Amino acid sequence: MTDKNRLELARWVVTRAQKSGADQAAVGLTNRRDIEVEFRERQLDTLKESTKNSLSLDIYAANRYSSHSTNDLRRDALERFIEEAVAMTRYLGEDAYRKLPDPKYYEGQKDIDLNLFDESYHRMTPERRVGIARELEEAALDQSSDIVTCSAGYDDILAESVRVHSNGFEGRRETSRFWVGVSISLRDDAGGRPQDLSSASVRFVGDIPDTGKLAAGAYERVSRKIGPSKLASGIYDMIIENRAAGRLISHLYYPMRGSYIQQKNSFLAGRIGDRIGSDKLTIIDDPFIPRALGSRLYDGEGIAARKRVMVDRGVLKEYFIDSYYGRKLGLEPTSGSSSNLTFDPGTRSLAELIDSMTRGILVTGFIGGNSNSATGDFSVGVAGLYVENGQVVQPISEMNISGNHNEFWHNLVEMGDDEYVYSSWRRPSMYFRDIQFSGI
Amino acid sequence: MSFITRRDFLKTGAMAVAYTGIPLFFRANPLAAFATPPENGAGLSDYYDHFGVDENIIGEVIGAALEKGGDYCDLYFQHRLYNSIALEDNAVNRAHTTVDYGVGIRVIKNDRTGFSFTEELTPKSMKLAARTAANIADGPAAPSRPDFSYHSHSDYYPIETPWEEIKIDKKIPYLQQLNEKMRSLDSRVIKTRLNFSDQSCYILQVNSDGRVVFDYRPLSLMRVSCNVEQKGVVEQNSEASGGRVGIDYYSPERLDRLARETVDRAILLFDAVKPEPGEMEVILSAGSSGILLHEAIGHPLEADFNRKNTSIFADKMNQPVAEKFVSIVDDGTQPHFRGAINVDDEGNDTEKTYLVTDGILTSYMHDHISAKHYGVAPTGSGRRESFRFAPQPRMRSTYMLPGPHKREEIIGSVKKGIMAESFTNGEVHIGPGDFTFYVKIGYLIEDGKVTRPVKDINLIGNGPEVLSKVVMVGDDLEYTRGGWTCGKGGQSVPVSMGLPTVKVASITVGGSNS
Repeated sequence: MTDKNRLELARWVVTRAQKSGADQAAVGLTNRRDIEVEFRERQLDTLKESTKNSLSLDIYAANRYSSHSTNDLRRDALERFIEEAVAMTRYLGEDAYRKLPDPKYYEGQKDIDLNLFDESYHRMTPERRVGIARELEEAALDQSSDIVTCSAGYDDILAESVRVHSNGFEGRRETSRFWVGVSISLRDDAGGRPQDLSSASVRFVGDIPDTGKLAAGAYERVSRKIGPSKLASGIYDMIIENRAAGRLISHLYYPMRGSYIQQKNSFLAGRIGDRIGSDKLTIIDDPFIPRALGSRLYDGEGIAARKRVMVDRGVLKEYFIDSYYGRKLGLEPTSGSSSNLTFDPGTRSLAELIDSMTRGILVTGFIGGNSNSATGDFSVGVAGLYVENGQVVQPISEMNISGNHNEFWHNLVEMGDDEYVYSSWRRPSMYFRDIQFSGI
Repeated sequence: MSFITRRDFLKTGAMAVAYTGIPLFFRANPLAAFATPPENGAGLSDYYDHFGVDENIIGEVIGAALEKGGDYCDLYFQHRLYNSIALEDNAVNRAHTTVDYGVGIRVIKNDRTGFSFTEELTPKSMKLAARTAANIADGPAAPSRPDFSYHSHSDYYPIETPWEEIKIDKKIPYLQQLNEKMRSLDSRVIKTRLNFSDQSCYILQVNSDGRVVFDYRPLSLMRVSCNVEQKGVVEQNSEASGGRVGIDYYSPERLDRLARETVDRAILLFDAVKPEPGEMEVILSAGSSGILLHEAIGHPLEADFNRKNTSIFADKMNQPVAEKFVSIVDDGTQPHFRGAINVDDEGNDTEKTYLVTDGILTSYMHDHISAKHYGVAPTGSGRRESFRFAPQPRMRSTYMLPGPHKREEIIGSVKKGIMAESFTNGEVHIGPGDFTFYVKIGYLIEDGKVTRPVKDINLIGNGPEVLSKVVMVGDDLEYTRGGWTCGKGGQSVPVSMGLPTVKVASITVGGSNS
């Protein structure tokens, strides 16, 4: 289906919904093509290719709201789908806060090219996909003969979508994404099989990192995991490596969302203007970074994207408010979701941060754990390396960090210069003082 | 994209997506009467008709799939109807429906997989998908037109009335009454959120051996959440109950219990403290503590990890891994359990698989590829999230058999430790074998007595070590009826767990020194 056809179909569904009795309707239509290749033991292990369609429909009828999705895009099936969707909405309780955003929020959408689609996607061939995965696996196996298992993968995704609202919004979007990764397992004589992964997720084929470097990186990461032990519980300094830090950011992100605040489920409710962390903590929602994984001109509700400072040098400035919870809270909508999150990076690299650590733990990954959004309590499992006087002494395992997010971010003393660009949350490595670790 | 990460996680279900609606049909459903598949294959054409196919078309698609010399192929047709309705701020004011429909085509050559799916069930589209999957092989065609025959199987989840026949206005009162009950239990309840979801899946599987299998799978869950407030402090708790059940499962008594448990546990949190950090004795309360098994031993025993040599248990088959009174089972046959399946998603019968028998590691959980690799019979463990995915070895309902001890003596034996009671999620790295699970609510045990409640602590341990440190197993096996979902390789499947009261000699507890 072409983009033009998608737009026509979406408009048709909106009109149809209104004819069936909806006062307002919103339609999203997405087509996604996904091709995956995996190499293992020097041969093609897995090959997957498919195309997925989905249509989402939001119905607003007589002050009532419901949402629906289907993947059957045939007209006769859609006709029935729409009718039943509108009919069932009438059984629900009224909700005066439910309507499409006021069209004024659609205005001011930037007219720029965010460079989210790589034309060379169309020139990608099956042979080249297989070649990249094969090359990556070979580069990994070349690192050492003591590798127990290794696998390398390549994945590319083309996504095309349109969005149409009955009160005037129309948007379309086309994105490409390429993922490569290599995973290596070694044998630890103590019994385990330490494993680690190096990967990259980019919008342009040309931005895929050098396979040799990726492979070397994965091997270095896994080989330093051999022979881990558990340290004594206590207070340690901590550096969280950039790629791992997302989990702790999510413990702030969810409580910043309108639904959590309105449902009294957020420890950040009522705290706009308060200091919630050290002056090293700045979080910016920036939709306009070219090629970045979270960039967009409009959000899921059609609201024109804007760059916002969410936390400014430790002070909470904004929440993520969608139009529905905005009405319930009496707050202007910002956006219900993040686009890209950027932080205020520092001037020192991860290596320099480690170098300056007298006694502490470099956390390279989290395992499980959770946080209580109402109170800010958290407890998460960690994997990493124990550092003394700037040197890695040994890997650590079976340890947790615990605390409360009301206090935790005040212990942030430095951000690294290494923002992680393979995620829409582009966080650098972070240095914290005096963190509670549980071990022995 | 996560197929080669080794992290596998388990959690109590998604965030409150929170909507539901009247079920939708592509065409009138002739299969409402076929909750139990006919034994002699009568009505087979109804199954084919449901997906608009017949044996000729299927035969052609299989032929296309094996055009490049694949050893085996299977077709997985699925029609899924999902609904949810939700209550927030005292009104049932949101609902969601999902309709999903398509076929996944898998081709296997040795132990390698080609896979494609299509949502258009036309011969042209299906053959295109088949030829795409066929590219995993690279040889001359192995044409075979199998003789199709229906494989009948047990039915572990027959229900009175299919969910498609239950209209939204019948479901709404359940939420309203449950909400009223919760609010009436304690004036400190300030917010409630309830979500009532149901799903019907029609599944038709045909493979190149000619096996034809059909299954109808219901799945439902009532999830409740409340916030309570006391002296300016707010706490939150969620619970859930459901399974492969019909609406009759939600009896007034059961819903009453659910309301009480949710509110009582939320109130308990006001008095909860953090334990000290470090290693200590841990008692796991009977029931959802089965998450210990799921993470510590379940994932590491999925045969694909062992076949690929990435699991810490890869070289431990037939060795002692626990005390003699420890036996651990993965079971698909428990009636109406969330983790029950009549047949797996490769068309193999379900079973009760003994993973650990009297302390000895006795079996992995296999899919088609690993069963062939190890030269063993399939265990009915090949599962998929949907037709969009190829199957992998997955768990069903994982539990430990009752042991020789009594709950009171187990508690009495702990000098200083905690008893873990309710959980939100867990994760495992199967290479090193390190796993964690998050305790939402538990208790301190001091000198053999339960004292103060504790909350929000992550427990972390090493699978083989923790298993060998299970030193007491109670006779009080219980199962969880909650909404547990297991994630692996980007695919989620519903699962169940169970455990008797168990004592582990030592696990690291994520506490704080106050």
